[in-house]
Amino acid sequence: MGLGNFTRVATDYRFFASFGHVMLYLIQWLVVLLVLVLTLALMLHGRMRRTTKVLRFLYYLPGAFAGAVSVLIWTILLDPAASPAGGLLQAFGWASSNEVLQRDHLPTIFMLIAFWAGAGSWIVIMYGALNGVPLEVIEAARIDGANTWQIAFRIQIPLLRRWIAYMLILGFAGGMQVFVEPQMLQNVAGRSWSPNQLSYSFAFGAADLNGAAAIAVYLMVISLACAMLVVFKARLFEKE
Amino acid sequence: MSSTLVRPAAPAVDARPPSRKRRRPDLSVVGARVAWLIVAGVFVFFFAVPILWMVLAPTRTDHDLVVGSPIAFGSWENLKTTWEHVYNFQSHAIVTWMKNSAIYGIGSTAIAVVTAIPAGYALAMMKFRARKLLLTVTLVVMLMPAATMVLPLYLEMDASGLDGTVWAVILPTAFYPFGTYLAYTYYVGSLPDELLDSARIDGANEWQTFWRIGLPLGRPVIALVMFLEFVHSWNSFFLPYVMLPSNDQAPTQVGLSTLLSASVLFNPAAGVSEVGRPEIALAALISSLPVLIVFILSQRSLVEGMTSGATKG
Repeated sequence: MGLGNFTRVATDYRFFASFGHVMLYLIQWLVVLLVLVLTLALMLHGRMRRTTKVLRFLYYLPGAFAGAVSVLIWTILLDPAASPAGGLLQAFGWASSNEVLQRDHLPTIFMLIAFWAGAGSWIVIMYGALNGVPLEVIEAARIDGANTWQIAFRIQIPLLRRWIAYMLILGFAGGMQVFVEPQMLQNVAGRSWSPNQLSYSFAFGAADLNGAAAIAVYLMVISLACAMLVVFKARLFEKE
Repeated sequence: MSSTLVRPAAPAVDARPPSRKRRRPDLSVVGARVAWLIVAGVFVFFFAVPILWMVLAPTRTDHDLVVGSPIAFGSWENLKTTWEHVYNFQSHAIVTWMKNSAIYGIGSTAIAVVTAIPAGYALAMMKFRARKLLLTVTLVVMLMPAATMVLPLYLEMDASGLDGTVWAVILPTAFYPFGTYLAYTYYVGSLPDELLDSARIDGANEWQTFWRIGLPLGRPVIALVMFLEFVHSWNSFFLPYVMLPSNDQAPTQVGLSTLLSASVLFNPAAGVSEVGRPEIALAALISSLPVLIVFILSQRSLVEGMTSGATKG
């Protein structure tokens, strides 16, 4: 009764480990998402816009293979024996699939998969939002002697604030609830790598639905708190 | 800000003076261009090569994929063999998976559109009590990560006797607050109140104004909600994984995980099986085809729909 379920799951030895895994993954995922999506969107917007239509499409296409499909494909692509990037993997000193798919590598591997499948639509969206930045403003800055970097950091990125905030919220929420990736790679990840996996194990492995629900509440509180923080920081839903 | 962020007209897009580069053939300009090409090219490889690999792998044998060059075309004969292996897996399970995914996708998309569009319209265009409250609740629920709801939803379905039926997947998936939010921002930004007022003066009731004006003018946002909801439903894994444990109810995403565990590559305990790399690639490709088609058709409307919501919201 009371808060018993919350303390009970929190003292489970797998609880903090699973949140730790997800945090490691989230840090990499959000940094890479933020930096590369903005870099690529600004790059594609800055030059040869007609030709970059093809590039945008190619970046966007992997989104059609999100979820279980991307995990399937990448488990093969990360096998040095069969991968098109086998040479690169071997350069890191990994000779076999087992050496790449190690527990310690999982946060980075999941980041790679998520970026492959998820970055393209954000690049397309940011590109679309960049079209909304008035050209006169950029021309005026250029006449005043601002270079490409200054225009990007002082004008374009601040005007994309809402979209960046929104991307980070969705990236964070999606990352917190990672399930399909570790569940499919159970041989490496085990059954309690992420909090959602642990929650699933509680519910269907140990028939402990109360414990499972307690983890769900923890996840929800954390995600909502972070979302609110970003929403108010970026004034996402204010009408200006 | 909403007035300054309006998208400029199409011809203005490439307004950079083209002569500028030629006048000053600066070393740093050349360097920047080379760096641009390298970075853009590296990411083309990163994003496109896995897809190319997936398309070519089914035409080859598993052995050939390991021994030969990773990117190459095999033969049509191999493709046929690969297909037979995939098709015969668990007596044509892939057909069942595709059928299930289609039912869940179409069912939840239909319900999501029928509920989210009128809801967004009403929040944007009509005045009623608790409108602000409903809008805030929509925004909060929108930010709530869906997967944390899966187990509570399971209990709910269990209590209502719907667990194990298709509704246990369709109804929670169709619940789509982001669709309502998109419809809301769209109508706020692009449907002038005066238009509705004149219709009301002409004697149309609220239902008629929505049906005759709101719906036809809402076509872009309807398309966007349909696209996002269908893709969301097709790609969802956790919810059907929990709700529908039996294999003949599994959608493709869940089915693919059984395919993976039947392969010796990832599960040494699987024993002798016909599931190798080419089979996995082909199954992955087939099960993504509907989403792929929707994706190719909707790249444009994605940007237009999302950013029109952004700039006008």
